Amino acid sequence: MASRKVIVESAVGLHARPATIFVKAVNDAGLPVQVGRPGGKLVNAGSILLVMSLGVKCGEEVELVAEGDGADAQLDHLADLLSRDLDA
Amino acid sequence: MTNPVRASAEPDPGVSMLSGIGVSRGFATGPAVVVSPPPAFDPAEPVATDQPAASARVRAVLHDVADGLRARAETAPDNARPVLEAGAMIAGDPALADTIEALLATMGPTRAVHEAAGQYAALLESLGGYMAERVTDLMDVRDRAIARLSGVPEPGVPTLTEPSILVARDLAPAETALLDASLCLALVTEAGGPTSHTAILAAQLGIPAVVQVHGLAVTPGTLLAVDGGSGQVIIDPSPEVRTGFAAKQARRATMLGDSRAPGATKDGHPVALLANIGTLADAETAAAQAVEGVGLFRTEFLFLDRADAPAVAEQTATYTAVLRAFAPRHVVVRTLDAGADKPLAFADLGAEANPALGRRGLRLGRARTDLLDDQLDALAAAYAATGADLWVMAPMVATAAEAAWFAERVRARGLPRAGVMIEVPAAALRSRQVLQAVDFASLGTNDLGQYTMAADRLQGELADLLDPWQPAVLDVIAAACAGATALGKPVGVCGEAGGDPGLALVLAGLGVTSLSMATPKVRAVRTVLAAHTLAQCQEMAAAARAATGPAEARAAVLALADPVLTELL
Repeated sequence: MASRKVIVESAVGLHARPATIFVKAVNDAGLPVQVGRPGGKLVNAGSILLVMSLGVKCGEEVELVAEGDGADAQLDHLADLLSRDLDA
Repeated sequence: MTNPVRASAEPDPGVSMLSGIGVSRGFATGPAVVVSPPPAFDPAEPVATDQPAASARVRAVLHDVADGLRARAETAPDNARPVLEAGAMIAGDPALADTIEALLATMGPTRAVHEAAGQYAALLESLGGYMAERVTDLMDVRDRAIARLSGVPEPGVPTLTEPSILVARDLAPAETALLDASLCLALVTEAGGPTSHTAILAAQLGIPAVVQVHGLAVTPGTLLAVDGGSGQVIIDPSPEVRTGFAAKQARRATMLGDSRAPGATKDGHPVALLANIGTLADAETAAAQAVEGVGLFRTEFLFLDRADAPAVAEQTATYTAVLRAFAPRHVVVRTLDAGADKPLAFADLGAEANPALGRRGLRLGRARTDLLDDQLDALAAAYAATGADLWVMAPMVATAAEAAWFAERVRARGLPRAGVMIEVPAAALRSRQVLQAVDFASLGTNDLGQYTMAADRLQGELADLLDPWQPAVLDVIAAACAGATALGKPVGVCGEAGGDPGLALVLAGLGVTSLSMATPKVRAVRTVLAAHTLAQCQEMAAAARAATGPAEARAAVLALADPVLTELL
């Protein structure tokens, strides 16, 4: 089980364009990933509706969890995405 | 071509002609493209006996919807692509499919789609106003999936493949965002009014439009002839009618001419012709046109669909770009005009029973001075960077005290000109006092009409009360102009009325010093102004005010106009 904690840096938070880019990256890789606030409920990061429903705002921390081959590399990639302003 | 079935009761097999309200002038002939209404779920649908098969079918339909949206995204204009891509992603959402699958145990497939979408919509809505656009995308996916499950055409504006006339019950901004304007010849709707989105869009595109066409039922591909002036829609026009329409269209183009001269009456009394703009892209398009500046720069687009207010730096960059596009011409910027009917996540003052009469416009600015101050700081920075001819005005001002309060904030930042929108009859009637502390006024005739006539702008059924030719509205405008003229201060018009050639003559006669409009309307207004003297305009204004109703007012002005130009009025 691999996990990462990362601060969401997109100015609009994790919705609209940033959420779309993030979910697309999850689905393109094909490896199931869970996302949520640390200690809170985790949801399928491949679901745009569930990711947006988290209502994560700019500056909030989220946790990413995945299992299996390539989980570490995939989480590094996703954490890197979230730490940038994807709406810029 | 087969004869279309008409819902209209009149048995008139010879001529199939319907009448509506013409809201954008011009003539067009072409095939109809029909915008299908969203389908409802089928309440009588039984629970599927073969659950796995039903689930597979729903998943296949969602997959097809996603593919369809993705294919459209590939050829869509840049501004339309994100909405389509977001829709495709929602249609392919695994959680949505799982929720539908679970619901299939207790209800039919179309209802399961409806309920599942409703659950996620509620979840998104609970997060606040800025999720509204995603809810719209979700509802669009729901409607497309239900249409496919029911075997009916997908709702919304189909992709145009040839020059066509768009026929719809009504058109919403979200639907027309995806419209290929270059292939759209005219708009015809059953609902809507003179200030509806359909009218505004037609004005932007410079194409004819007719609204309130009752009994409108045409099959896709039916040939239509549309007269956006008289409001006539002819179904399956004869070759003679088609030739006649083509000739009228050509005559109109010749009459409009291609003058780029500043707006003025025949005897040289200047009436500046300005552009209404709402985005940076609008500014770039409008700046290339023969206009003398911007009479209304709506700044709302900077604030919509976001969780937090835009930072001063972001606003400054946008304002600077707009000012640069128009330099050395002047630009009138309206500060944020939001309120309970256009709620912003970061400026929500709570629900109101009557949003149009609530804390909107400057009233919101006074409740949230931080938002107004940031905007004025950004405008001051853009002014400092460009030295442009920048005028700043506040929306929804009712009293002299509000005007003075706003002017002081504008001047404190070194901005050269402060003004007010006159949209409230109170401000119009007391314009002499209201304008004391400011440099200029701009009449927002759409709101001024709604508040004078006590008729909701968004209520299509009240279109007759909202007719800008209502003599009471002209009286209120006259009062506003009298005050401004006495003080020697400029008073412009930036509502739809300013772009109506006949009303433009009346407004010039009432003392209006500039007219601001969607740029495709400028040509006709310039032409009719140049053909009449100021004295004629004043005579027309007096005749319109003396009339008993809007139709009589218009007829009185037509009777006084140069007969050669009657078709433009």
